[in-house]
Amino acid sequence: MPLGPLPAAVPPSWYLTLSAILFALGVLGFLLRRNIITVFMSIELMLNAVNLSFITFSYVLKRNDGHIFSFFVMVVAAAEAAVGLAIILTVFKNRQTLEIDEVSSLKN
Amino acid sequence: MDALLFMIFAAIAVICGINLVVQTHPISSALSLVGVMGALAALYLLLGGEFIAAAQLVVYAGAIMVLFVFVIMLLNAGTEKKMTVRPLGKYLGAPFLLLFFGMIAYMIQRILPASSPVVFGAFQGGTALEIGRSLFTVYLLPFEVTSVLILIAILGAIVLARKEVD
Amino acid sequence: MNYYLLSLIKTAIVVGIFMHVLAYLQWIERKVIAHVQLRVGPRRVGPHGLLQPLADVIKLVTKEDILPSHVNKVFYFMAPFIAVTFALISIAIIPFGPEITVAGVRTNMGLTDLNIGVLFILGISGLGVYGVALAGWASNNKYALMGGLRSSAQMISYELPMALALAAPLLILNTLSLREIANGQAGYYLGFIPRWSIFQMPFPQIFSFILFLIAGFAETNRVPFDLPEAENELVAGFHVEYASMKFASFFMAEYANMVTVSCIATLLFLGGWHPIFPEKYFSGLIPVLIFAASAVLCFVHAANPARPFDKITLPVFGVLFLGLAGLFLLPPIQFILLPLFWFSAKVLIILFVFIWVRATLPRFRYDQLMRFAWTFMFPVALINLFITALLVALFP
Repeated sequence: MPLGPLPAAVPPSWYLTLSAILFALGVLGFLLRRNIITVFMSIELMLNAVNLSFITFSYVLKRNDGHIFSFFVMVVAAAEAAVGLAIILTVFKNRQTLEIDEVSSLKN
Repeated sequence: MDALLFMIFAAIAVICGINLVVQTHPISSALSLVGVMGALAALYLLLGGEFIAAAQLVVYAGAIMVLFVFVIMLLNAGTEKKMTVRPLGKYLGAPFLLLFFGMIAYMIQRILPASSPVVFGAFQGGTALEIGRSLFTVYLLPFEVTSVLILIAILGAIVLARKEVD
Repeated sequence: MNYYLLSLIKTAIVVGIFMHVLAYLQWIERKVIAHVQLRVGPRRVGPHGLLQPLADVIKLVTKEDILPSHVNKVFYFMAPFIAVTFALISIAIIPFGPEITVAGVRTNMGLTDLNIGVLFILGISGLGVYGVALAGWASNNKYALMGGLRSSAQMISYELPMALALAAPLLILNTLSLREIANGQAGYYLGFIPRWSIFQMPFPQIFSFILFLIAGFAETNRVPFDLPEAENELVAGFHVEYASMKFASFFMAEYANMVTVSCIATLLFLGGWHPIFPEKYFSGLIPVLIFAASAVLCFVHAANPARPFDKITLPVFGVLFLGLAGLFLLPPIQFILLPLFWFSAKVLIILFVFIWVRATLPRFRYDQLMRFAWTFMFPVALINLFITALLVALFP
């Protein structure tokens, strides 16, 4: 990465680095948090990071297939969010808790 | 100007991402995620993806995250209790993860062929016209399949969320 | 001229006019509802109550700004900001007229133009839901929370028929940019029928217009869909815990949303700034005739006025209207004023319909409202879109 005065425009690898940082933050949130909804939101953060990656490569390769993939990722994320939140609501109705450590009756 | 805009929106995205992981109350995390999506929409505009930027605002920030905020408000999810993380996990885990992804980022820099910097307006293939053309000719089958997927998701959500009729 | 300086000047003009329009929209609403209910409305502050908005602003600004102790302070402060920001930001992409040349500077009338303009408007109205939901949540009050959640659920449910009603004329106009949409409605069929979307072959978009207006009523929480707000009168609403300026922000956001919906309806369905019949049949004389007729009415009523002070104020207004009529006859500024007149006239007619409906109709109950959205408006919008698409495909 060039050090020194800021260039007038940024190479696309910087966008990919940002995508990697956001993905890492999403993985951190997924592994460290205990509230189901926060875990779910970390998954959405990971999906967004991947979308940024798709759009960047679409810019580099000068094709719009990355945009189409990104669009489908968004659609699938919407469907997953709807069903996942419905499941979370049902779990809450039955267990009265939102911590993933307490919904472990299949363990042991 | 492009570099300045990238720096601002990248900083907003990273700060909101860190806020998402660090905040205890889920609603602060949800609003930080909306901030991340807004910053990413601006970055998509810089990369020439104007339709995807608008779709991100309409679908992700305007519908999916509103759904999250609704569920958090309805369930009245409070702050989480402090968890007992083993010192190994706390002091080795996060740095190792960031180091790992830093290595990936470095390798991306080395492997990617040298390409021109990202200038706003250099890529004109992201307009609604071009995306519509691709979506309805080359990618028609996935488009129709996703409509079936959304139908399945609607049915699933309705079945899961209705009251039990005894 | 430097692009940034020009944009700054245009922004100052547009924002200044917009703020005054919002303030006087409240005056217009109070006067119109009063006259519908056979009373007079504000009449003491200034002639015919024209300084009433100023008095209201002074009152709201100088009221004590209460911060209840039990609210979530961060979200309590953030919610009115979010509501007002997203309500006011839509004015940036609305075009008011064609390209003009003033003092050697060529510029478009309007702050900017995005080539995804319609999607931007839909996105901003989707993001406006956060202001309401956060206001309900931050108030830490179960009535405010229920009011906020109901209002947000209503806004989201009606976004869907609104988007489908917007998609139908876009099939005929083939563009998402608001300026090109307005330009696509220029011209006349048979020499005198304007080519607005509601008259456009192959399928006149009159159903889309009605659907969009109904969805616009629901999006802006106006009667007959204002139960989340009227709970203010009955029990509570989402802005029960808000004091002076923050309460004013929510109301400013509501009026700004109303103006935005009217502007979008004008641009997409009523042809924007294009006149109702061609210029060669002297449509440039319509504003002159309207203002001259208003001046004549003022002078006629000044002869035997209902109130004694009207002997002075009505002739003054008559002279003002004559001056305005004269302005529209001057060729140097006619090309700026005429498109502005037609655009403002159409927007004001739609705003008058908003206010008229508020004075006339009772309100829906909440479950009737949601059932109306999902079982009636959504299928009708879909069928409308199908018929439009079929006719556009058969008769390009």
